[in-house]
Amino acid sequence: MASYNMNQVKVGLKIMVDGDPCVIVGTEFVKPGKGQAFTKVKYKNFKTERVNEKTLKASDSLEGADVMEREMQYLYTDGRSWTFMDQETYEQVEADSNVVGDSQQWLKEEDLCMVTLWEGNPIVVTPPNFVVLEITETDPGVKGDTSSGGNKPATTETGAVVRVPLFVQIGEKIKVDTRTGEYVSRA
Amino acid sequence: MNSRDDWRPTASLEMLHLRAEILAKIRSFFDERDVLEVETPLLASAPVTDLHLHAMTARYRGPGADEGRDLYLQTSPEFAMKRLLASGSGSIYQICRAFRDGEAGRRHNPEFTILEWYRPGWDHHRLMDEMDELLAELLGSRSAERLTYAEAFERYAGFDAFGESDEGLRVRVGKLGARDAEGLSRDDLLDLVLTHIIEPKLGHCQPTFIHDYPASQASLSRIRDGERPVAERFEVFVEGVELANGYHELTDDAEQRRRFESDLDARRNRGLPEVPIDEGLLAALEHGLPDCAGVALGVDRLAMLTAGTRNLSDVLAFPIDRA
Repeated sequence: MASYNMNQVKVGLKIMVDGDPCVIVGTEFVKPGKGQAFTKVKYKNFKTERVNEKTLKASDSLEGADVMEREMQYLYTDGRSWTFMDQETYEQVEADSNVVGDSQQWLKEEDLCMVTLWEGNPIVVTPPNFVVLEITETDPGVKGDTSSGGNKPATTETGAVVRVPLFVQIGEKIKVDTRTGEYVSRA
Repeated sequence: MNSRDDWRPTASLEMLHLRAEILAKIRSFFDERDVLEVETPLLASAPVTDLHLHAMTARYRGPGADEGRDLYLQTSPEFAMKRLLASGSGSIYQICRAFRDGEAGRRHNPEFTILEWYRPGWDHHRLMDEMDELLAELLGSRSAERLTYAEAFERYAGFDAFGESDEGLRVRVGKLGARDAEGLSRDDLLDLVLTHIIEPKLGHCQPTFIHDYPASQASLSRIRDGERPVAERFEVFVEGVELANGYHELTDDAEQRRRFESDLDARRNRGLPEVPIDEGLLAALEHGLPDCAGVALGVDRLAMLTAGTRNLSDVLAFPIDRA
């Protein structure tokens, strides 16, 4: 893999830090008028999502990470691994529950997800920002109550539990923002 | 150029007006004090030898140089202005462009505007007084606080910059997330502490002047002997931004030659390009540079602070990526 010098570092570049793939989220050139130049590099670990900072001198370099983001279709799960397919090459990859993490509650078959691959293996799965899911379980609301007053928990076909308005019933489809886990509208 | 809109300036029209106003105020400030405005060439036959300043080169071909001649774009007008001082110019100032290879970022542009001035017969403290008056006029700031380098380290980093061992410094710098602290010299380590810990805290209620630097960072300033020899050098910080660097100037030509040669040795050790020594400056010092103090101030940064922005490109018509 390529290595990058301090003139090449920029936001979005994928690098290896202590054996983990990371992405650069900020850089700052620091130099006292008469002194040594340093570059502060802020980077996010793909796996832990933690942001850290490193200070490097002009002659230092960073090792590149073979990380790509690809839009892939979610096919199915056997409960232990989740299978995704590249719609152009038909290539399939499997992600385990550590990788899928909290995203699994939003994964609906045939939806397009963003899969981050490190050396060909998935390390992060990001569901679409909005998903449409069917309600499989919820208390029947008070009939005729369409006011915006209260809400209630509802379980969706993927197992996610979302707070929905009282008028939403079993069998209805709703649109959810996966970034906040919040109900958006009936779909 | 990356996109169609990149022909546009990054500074607003309001900022261009502000820059013009700052330049006019500087000129009237020095005019009132009978300091002569001068202009010296941006192209020089020899650059500075500083380990951490990299000059860009340009090539001249024409009458007198049929084979072509390499010239250096100045990193500051210091050498040429000292030749004027040695020739008897008296107090002088200059507003000009300076160029530094490798420097680009939120507070750096490889081409920038310098205000530099010299006062024969003054030391660095008297020059700091005048700097204070200039900043009061341009920034409306209160009178500056003055800290020695040692006091600044003691107050903001909590240790003795002169007494701390190299190993102790490496441990402190390691905690800042610096990689490969082993490869850094003592001055590099001190620079890291200064830029990462101390500098952001300086100059918030009033400008901060830091003076009496370690002798190893004297550059072109005099070294004052004592139990701990210090360089008669000062820097100016406003709102965490390094704004100016001044010296009680070294006038001894033999000492100047020794420093040039020691810089060249250090450059060779680091694999940096060989550069010629400015013999014109040395001849001027030999002829006699009057006892004087001089300082260089970054005008773009001054405009940035005046405008209350934190990004140099807000006050530059066209930063390097739109040049």
